[in-house]
Amino acid sequence: MLEIKDLHASVDGKEILKGVTLSIGKGEVHAIMGPNGSGKSTLSYVLAGREGYDITGGRIIFEGEDLTTMEPEVRAAKGLFLAFQYPVEIPGVPNSTFLKEAVNAIRRFRGEEEIDAIKMVKMLREKTKALGMADEMLKRAVNAGFSGGEKKRNEVLQMAVLEPKLAILDETDSGLDIDALKIVADGVNRLRSPERSLLVITHYQRLLEYIVPDRVHVLARGRIQRSGGKELALELEAKGYADFAEEAA
Amino acid sequence: MAATAETVERVNILAGEKYKYGFVSDIESDKAPKGLSEDIVRFISAKKNEPAWLLEWRLKAYRHWLTMPEPKWAKVSYPKIDYQDAYYYSAPKSMKDGPKSLEDVDPELLATYEKLGIPLREQEMLAGVAVDAVFDSVSVATTFKKKLEDVGIIFCPISEALVRCPDLVRKYLGTVVPAGDNKHSCLNSAVFTDGSFVYIPPGVRSPMELSTYFRINEKNTGQFERTLIIADKGSYVSYLEGCTAPMRDENQLHAAVVELIALDDAEIKYSTVQNWYPGDENGKGGIYNFVTKRGACRGRNSKISWTQVETGSAITWKYPSCILQGDNSVGEFYSIAITNNMQQADTGTKMIHLGRNTKSKIISKGISAGRADQTYRGLVKISPKAEGARNYTQCDSLLIGDKCGAHTVPYIESRNKSAIVEHEATTSSISEDQLFYLRQRGIPQEAAVALVVNGFCREVLQQLPMEFAVEAQKLVGISLEGSVG
Ligand SMILES: Nc1ncnc2c1ncn2[C@@H]1O[C@H](COP(=O)(O)OP(=O)(O)OP(=O)(O)O)[C@@H](O)[C@H]1O
Ligand SMILES: [Mg+2]
Repeated sequence: MLEIKDLHASVDGKEILKGVTLSIGKGEVHAIMGPNGSGKSTLSYVLAGREGYDITGGRIIFEGEDLTTMEPEVRAAKGLFLAFQYPVEIPGVPNSTFLKEAVNAIRRFRGEEEIDAIKMVKMLREKTKALGMADEMLKRAVNAGFSGGEKKRNEVLQMAVLEPKLAILDETDSGLDIDALKIVADGVNRLRSPERSLLVITHYQRLLEYIVPDRVHVLARGRIQRSGGKELALELEAKGYADFAEEAA
Repeated sequence: MAATAETVERVNILAGEKYKYGFVSDIESDKAPKGLSEDIVRFISAKKNEPAWLLEWRLKAYRHWLTMPEPKWAKVSYPKIDYQDAYYYSAPKSMKDGPKSLEDVDPELLATYEKLGIPLREQEMLAGVAVDAVFDSVSVATTFKKKLEDVGIIFCPISEALVRCPDLVRKYLGTVVPAGDNKHSCLNSAVFTDGSFVYIPPGVRSPMELSTYFRINEKNTGQFERTLIIADKGSYVSYLEGCTAPMRDENQLHAAVVELIALDDAEIKYSTVQNWYPGDENGKGGIYNFVTKRGACRGRNSKISWTQVETGSAITWKYPSCILQGDNSVGEFYSIAITNNMQQADTGTKMIHLGRNTKSKIISKGISAGRADQTYRGLVKISPKAEGARNYTQCDSLLIGDKCGAHTVPYIESRNKSAIVEHEATTSSISEDQLFYLRQRGIPQEAAVALVVNGFCREVLQQLPMEFAVEAQKLVGISLEGSVG
């Protein structure tokens, strides 16, 4: 599904990723943990194709295709989804309009028929309900005035609607209350399938109790420092990142 | 989108004129010689068989116009207009001269219609193709016409109104925008050749939206339109003006005048979507849209609401205003102005509070991209007698790129202590974050810009009648194409 080879990337001329290598197979769930500022979000932006995040070396292969020069919308249409650590507000644009635009833009790109308004509304309502969100959230402007937790839930709603092949969740658990965490994790788990892969960025082992990963990686100082099974998360929770902190800048 | 009443009406008139006045035979004779003079004014008036008082009125306006300076206070720049280098009267081209079928129409124009989602038949009508479709619509026209006549609404070209109800025209023409108001309105008064007249009788709610959907089409006559709308006591009308189809117009100056009059308890809602040719990326060509629009809330509890979406024209100079004369009357101005490339717009409103407890609301959304420059210019004036008057003004500017400009120039003159005047203004730009977020969800760059801008304008778009709103939204996207690199 995703093959990252010796990826180097810089922001504003400063190298943040210094040779990340990671491989995620179809249907697998991988978790990335790591100290603040270690480059986790940067990696997610680079994967999604954000401008200003320059790849200076290495390759990203997604479903057999090199992503490096693809526009963000093309990557999205090919099935890559990023749940943002800090979801963005779009004042005046109703959530439902936004989702409709997104779904149909992707369908157009794939040469598929657009979904008509009535089917769309029905689909959006179902998915909203499944995530324990009020219908009213669909009418409100995208993330505008949403609480932290509502924003995160809204990210998962978008994921549920767009049904990506690879979803990157960047700290989607931060800011969720205990009940919301469960609901969101359920939502994510419903999407798990042999065809779909997940890359979960988190600081907390708790999320990984709900969304059980196949592999856990530690990203520190711009590289994957260690990889292991789900028990690695427990170990990190106990010991922290002291082992990986040496020779910091 | 339905062919609204006047659309079809215009078509009928064209067809009718061909027969009645024999316009087909000699095209040349329907064009006055180039330039402007008293003779030209007389020529126009004679062509239209106007009553003597109107000729006098025109001549007076013309003589006054000669003495008036060009308005200089707006933040727009353009070379001096050579008024002698233009035609002031040109009858509609006969069907014979127009394109015969869609194949004869500029493909680029058709592509734009396509983008706007205008159905093929509508495209044919818009492109001025004299096809059977037009005649097919005759029955539709009569239904509309009948429906309006049944309730006593008069809706016709202003020249026809001079025959049908000359007293009404005479009573109200020029009473809201006097001929000498400004140089452009003065010119219009002297040479106006076309326009709509609407009269809604007391207590009548117009059963449909009235529209000049079509007029923009007639290349040679649309330059100096004059519209007069009178809503008698307790009546209501929603009027739509303009057309979302861009016009390749070789003529430069467009100086229209619109006058609205609302009597006791009457309400007029006037919506415009203006998309005249803006010129090319380098500022070559395009329309100078110098328009005077003003409404008078003459009666108690009357209301006039202006909504405008201004996306076209090389230069827009336009301030739809309300004179709030009647006690408790309400004036509203909702505006979206988009300028891209080299476009310039200086637009806004005037709310003149004369009556007691008069209220006004101004919501202006300006979007500037490319090297365009725009100014919101608004006046809120509270007269000493306007006890309890209230105004709320909100002006938001959105910048796309760093070479464009947006300016807000509010003038507030309050001469009554009990009045409350509020003004809020913001300037923002489309953020990289927003665009990336939308693109990450599969929405391509230009669609993402359009979405953010539509969100920014939502408050105003919501004021438009449904069909118009959908078109306006698409238009927003189209006018900003290429604005983000
Ligand atoms: N525009 C920028 N210019 C300079 N440095 C930047 C820029 N953007 C990000 N960085 C730096 O890159 C590093 C990695 O940031 P990133 O957001 O990827 O960290 P993270 O691992 O996601 O952290 P957290 O756990 O706090 O979310 C940080 O030191 C950050 O300050
Ligand atoms: Mg982060």
